Amino acid sequence: MLAWTIYLSFAGALIEALLPKGKAALARWVALAVAVSGLALAVQGFVAAMGSDQGVRTVIVDAAWVPAMGVRFLLAADGISRVLVLLTGLAAVAGVLFSWNIELRTNEFFAFFLALIGGVYGVFLSFDLFLLFVFYEIAIVPKYFLIAIWGSTRREYAAMKLALYSFVGSAMVLIGLLAAYAASGSHSTGLIALGNANLPIGFQMWAFPLVFVGFGILAGMWPFHTWAPTGHVAAPTAASMLLAGVVMKLGAYGCLRVAIGLFPQGLDPWGFSFIGVGSWRDVFAVLAVAGIVYGALVALAQTNFKFVIGYSSVSHMGFVLLGLVTLNQIGVTGAVLQMFSHGIIAGLLFAIVGRIVYERTHTRQLAELETMHLSKRLPFAAWAFVIAGIASMGLPGFSGFVAEFQVLVGAWIAKPWWTLAAGVGIVVGVAYTWRAMQKAFFSDAPQTAHSLEQEHAHPLAALTWPEITGTVLLAGVSLVVGLYPKILLDAIEPAVKTLLAGGGR
Amino acid sequence: MSGIPVLTLLTVLPLVGAAIALWSGKHARGVAILTTGACVALALSVWTQLPANGSIGLVEVHKWAPSLGIEYHLGVDGLGALMLVLSAIVTLMSVDAAHRVHHQPGLYFGLVLVLESGLFGSFTALNFFHWFLFWELSLIPAFFLIKLWGGTKRGPAATQFFVYTMAGSVALLVAFLAVFVATRSMDFPHLTLLASTGELEQMVTAHLGPVTMWLAVGVLAGFAVKVPMFPFHTWLPAAYAEAPSPVTMLLTGAMSKMGVYGLLRIAIPLFGHQIAQMRTPLLVLAVATVVMGAWAAAAQKDLKRVFAYSSVNHLGYCLLGIFALAVPYSLGDAGQLASQAAALNGVILQMFNHGVTAAALFWFVALLQQRTGGHRGIDDFGGLRKPAPVFAGLMGIALFSSLGLPGLNGFVGEFLIFRGVFSLAWVASTVSILGLLVTAAVVLTVIQKVFSGPVPEHCKGFPDLHTGERMALAPVIGLMLLIGLLPQLIVNSVNPTVQNLLAHWRF
Repeated sequence: MLAWTIYLSFAGALIEALLPKGKAALARWVALAVAVSGLALAVQGFVAAMGSDQGVRTVIVDAAWVPAMGVRFLLAADGISRVLVLLTGLAAVAGVLFSWNIELRTNEFFAFFLALIGGVYGVFLSFDLFLLFVFYEIAIVPKYFLIAIWGSTRREYAAMKLALYSFVGSAMVLIGLLAAYAASGSHSTGLIALGNANLPIGFQMWAFPLVFVGFGILAGMWPFHTWAPTGHVAAPTAASMLLAGVVMKLGAYGCLRVAIGLFPQGLDPWGFSFIGVGSWRDVFAVLAVAGIVYGALVALAQTNFKFVIGYSSVSHMGFVLLGLVTLNQIGVTGAVLQMFSHGIIAGLLFAIVGRIVYERTHTRQLAELETMHLSKRLPFAAWAFVIAGIASMGLPGFSGFVAEFQVLVGAWIAKPWWTLAAGVGIVVGVAYTWRAMQKAFFSDAPQTAHSLEQEHAHPLAALTWPEITGTVLLAGVSLVVGLYPKILLDAIEPAVKTLLAGGGR
Repeated sequence: MSGIPVLTLLTVLPLVGAAIALWSGKHARGVAILTTGACVALALSVWTQLPANGSIGLVEVHKWAPSLGIEYHLGVDGLGALMLVLSAIVTLMSVDAAHRVHHQPGLYFGLVLVLESGLFGSFTALNFFHWFLFWELSLIPAFFLIKLWGGTKRGPAATQFFVYTMAGSVALLVAFLAVFVATRSMDFPHLTLLASTGELEQMVTAHLGPVTMWLAVGVLAGFAVKVPMFPFHTWLPAAYAEAPSPVTMLLTGAMSKMGVYGLLRIAIPLFGHQIAQMRTPLLVLAVATVVMGAWAAAAQKDLKRVFAYSSVNHLGYCLLGIFALAVPYSLGDAGQLASQAAALNGVILQMFNHGVTAAALFWFVALLQQRTGGHRGIDDFGGLRKPAPVFAGLMGIALFSSLGLPGLNGFVGEFLIFRGVFSLAWVASTVSILGLLVTAAVVLTVIQKVFSGPVPEHCKGFPDLHTGERMALAPVIGLMLLIGLLPQLIVNSVNPTVQNLLAHWRF
């Protein structure tokens, strides 16, 4: 049934593209219907697998595709896939809800949106490398148009930058994959088959960093992250939500499933060490920690509200990458949970900043928001941001805490200093979130008679039902996962165990 | 009531009340009074259901996230139950005192009730994750109560309060991360058991190297900020002064106890040995807290700041008692255990007494402010015993309780602490007596300046307490007398717990 998430999304995209122009309401409702059905399928797939062994992949579709190359149309799911498909479903529904006010070429917008979603579903469910790569590429193109047509600040530049970075990453991945296919000598592009091919260690040593960086670019890996803040800021709200919410997860997922899954020995020590760095694993851990700290510090210095959230994504994705290279059960589990958690929380933050606040105030400058007394004028947005901010800071009770806690434990088991450095990132994370919240919503700017009059004359529009529904949905999911992480951990843990064991460690 | 998850019920009740209060606008205070009243009753019922041998009772255990060592594990002993009763009483007092919230009362009382839930949760949790959840949960509403309803400098005060406490929390979190890595457990009773045999230190050393001492420092830092201990107290005067007085009642009456409770439930049981190694410097800091708090109180002109520093001083006695009883060697006689038990009984009593008394004092400040249009300087008043004899009498009792007059509640705790500490650390206790003297001087100055002398112009028509206020305050003052005269009401239940705790601690 999970495969239908893909078909349905692409079918939805096609229908949207064929809809007559000017029927904005119809386009919205169709998109919502498709997104909700996708979420329903994802939930159904997730619930149906509860209790079964989530470590074993369940084949959904397996059909010959390009027999000459051994390429199969192989869709399957294990616990990790199911969790990420669930995330995609949630992000899709929330994205549609927060795009409710798009008036410009509405049907095209949702066509691109659903195509992107379909591609993401596809990546998370593909167990054939070639197929995975196809879906991965499909997801890049709509991103470009979503930003270039419906974006804001320097949208052409940001869209092009994003696309170029993505294509460079893809090219690296593709080279790695083709080489692996050639080196394995086997006549299959199946992930499992290639994983079992006993690729020579010398080969893995250069293929691993190539593929890991290729996917890592899309995961916002420092110092290849620069597309992320500009892209997030320029993108329309729903696209920011998807970029931070699921597209960055594509990169992280590729790092885990493909790079670590296929080339586990690429992480082995080199046999020599240079200032404490003795393997690719150390290299990427350093980059991850650098991303965590750098992203947080830069976020602290931003004057644009959306850039704060953009850089915070770099920082939070650093936790995912750090968790992955711990290569232990708890750290990798934490990384996967962090993918889910950050997808939800970043989506919520972008929705509040880019949609709820910006649509009413028409500014993202913290200095201007500071004079607007938003906690009084938009109490719902203010308190929603408090909740999202608390979740983003990693306070217990929300999903971020459990995820980052696991990553930190995993990192500590691997190398304690990673944890200490990442801990600095958490502290700065509290600071920038707090600063943004104070400035944007709870500033003590004096209320002059003039400003009161102005505020009275131009009241901010009340929140609409899609905004409230979307906010409640995302905040609720983060809270539920934070309070009862077992619901996802039961799916993630066995799958991670299998993956790590298959990786020969 | 066996079978009913009383502690869960107690924690959830204020949250339900908060949800209702949020939507009930002007009637929010009524909702809050009903909820907190019910919580007092429920907390008292918990108090009566304690196991007689002082062990942890009313236990609830459920699976939560087993792979992370996270369990839903609740339970209370005499210490926890007393803190529940205290939190419930102080919250009820605070809600009683806050009858002039015109600005967004629904949100105000909602936040107060969330804070109460945070208190209950952290006093009943026996698993780090669960405890930390509620520890942080209480921080958020406290921040907003200061930030949104505070005085003129509320912004910086709230931020300072939040940043200090968060920094402490991060230290705690990192320390527990390490403990979890080493032991794969976050369960307090289990970790206490490991620590009592020395296994905890061995496991930490085996996994992480010789860092146990640093972990102890991290945990101590987290609680030192909350209590607060000198020199981590600097957030406190601003926060207490800028918060609306009913919120200050909560901060000092209940939230500061979370820090002391944390020392007793977490720091000492897990790192008693390490704390005993650091005993001398810690005792110096405790004595500094006592003495500095008292002297600083003497130098203040703002009544709220006087009582804020006086709170630092009073909680310093708790620190003194706790660190004094962490003796790294055995004196080899029965006297040592008796002294430790006396000190610990005193600490726990002092927690309760200070909570009630300090909350009452800030309540009186709130009443003074209401009656004089916001005045709260120590020199702003005079001769109030003439226009308002009942007010003066009741506030006088509260002040004398703070001074530690025998017959009132404050005396018993401080007496037991000094009784215990004197034989365990006589230098520290001798120097700390200085704090008692200065506190006495401070309290007498307040009484002198506020209640006697000429009545200033703006206090001429100072109304005495009306019937409603008398009825609200009488039980509190009655409680001070009751505990002062019959301390065994508390000690009888706390002493078994004290013996039980001491038996499980390793120094």
